[in-house]
Amino acid sequence: MRIALAAAAVLAASFAASAQQPPRTAVEEIERYRAALGDGNPAELWEARGEALWKEKRGPSGASLERCDLGLGAGVVKGAYTVLPKYFADSDKVEDLESRLVTCMVKLQGFSANEASKDPFGGPGKKVPMDALVAYITGQSRGMTMNVALEHPKMREAYELGRSIFFFRSGPHDFGCVTCHGSDNQRIRLQDLPNLTKTADAQRAYSTWPAYRVSQGEVRSFQWRLNDCFRQQRFPELSFISPASIALTTFLARNANGATFDAPSIKR
Amino acid sequence: MKPLVPAILLAGLAAGCAGIMKSDAPTPEQVAAVLKASFKENGQAKLDRLDQDEAQRLCTEYQGKPLPKDVAERLERAQLSTVRYPADGKLLGDWKAGERIAQSGVGKQYSDDPKAVAGGNCYACHQLSKAEVSFGTIGPSLYRFGAQRGFTPEMQKYAYGKVFNADAFAACSSMPRFGHNGILTEQQMKDVVALLMDPESPVNK
Repeated sequence: MRIALAAAAVLAASFAASAQQPPRTAVEEIERYRAALGDGNPAELWEARGEALWKEKRGPSGASLERCDLGLGAGVVKGAYTVLPKYFADSDKVEDLESRLVTCMVKLQGFSANEASKDPFGGPGKKVPMDALVAYITGQSRGMTMNVALEHPKMREAYELGRSIFFFRSGPHDFGCVTCHGSDNQRIRLQDLPNLTKTADAQRAYSTWPAYRVSQGEVRSFQWRLNDCFRQQRFPELSFISPASIALTTFLARNANGATFDAPSIKR
Repeated sequence: MKPLVPAILLAGLAAGCAGIMKSDAPTPEQVAAVLKASFKENGQAKLDRLDQDEAQRLCTEYQGKPLPKDVAERLERAQLSTVRYPADGKLLGDWKAGERIAQSGVGKQYSDDPKAVAGGNCYACHQLSKAEVSFGTIGPSLYRFGAQRGFTPEMQKYAYGKVFNADAFAACSSMPRFGHNGILTEQQMKDVVALLMDPESPVNK
């Protein structure tokens, strides 16, 4: 904790200093914050909570999630995130991690689909199981190579649908994902924007989500990332684990194939 | 099955994409149906925001690539016809109010109070005054906009039209159509024009 406080002080001081000095990019600020933390990342608290939740007997069936098949076979957590999204024969659907967890909470633990998905994101004073499970499972793929396969026809369908959604412009501002993420070396204010149509940027971006957001004090999942992008696009609200969200995730995850996965990370 | 392979390869090459086959692409109707099923209304952001007008439909169709010249020119003409210039003929408002509009990103998000005064969020994408170092680069720098182009009535009119409907001057611009889509009021657009075109504005200092 003392380390985290010291790091926060360094961060605050560096932001204050940046008012007078030439601005550092947001990326440089985060690099300084990471260096100040050393090997520590508050996301570790979510990962630990998630591991306990994974093993805990919960729900009407009083079962743990330890027999959940995340894509590499029942109970295999190590490396599972690198193959998601994936087509699952038992649900006959392409599923991302969050969707798959809901499927397992329904099948193994006896929750209703509504109960399993009603609190997708944490907030002030509200810690939710989904964030912790996502942090734990993604953390178990750290250092491994992204490897999303499109062999199944439903995966190709999801990928192409995701691509179409990426380029879809609408709403009062005419925005689409492509508006901010379709060109090289762009910024909003001082925030660097990855060009998600280019392999190197797509790899760097996708492999660093989920992330502990310093400004929010929360671990944010990829479903949250998409939800908040569409809010800023002035779209209606993206529904949790909706077909569009999973298709777009398939497009972005596949474009990041070959990347070394490195999350949960720390972002501003 | 075998004769199909060369045909699919050719189709893939013709579409200019290796590996992923263009024939898998969904129709616009299929995309619209998935989107309608995947979003829910929240506050001021209703599901009709997923309904595209002709400009949005065309810009989506070309997937971020430039439109063919004739298509682009037709779209620009159609968008130009939507621009409504102020009835009083005055285009220059208050640059100080314009600066506040340029700084504010409030407006049209479901998390925004629909009664709050909207901003233009110009600094998110453009450099404007020299003093504000936190600016984006999605659009070009507008620093010294009027000083470089001349403080002429023609340039005022261009600036107003561009803010009102950016697609009228560059088809599929990334810039919102602030007047056409009712994001800013007429007075607010005049104030933004003043920020760009008033010789006293920090943009021109």
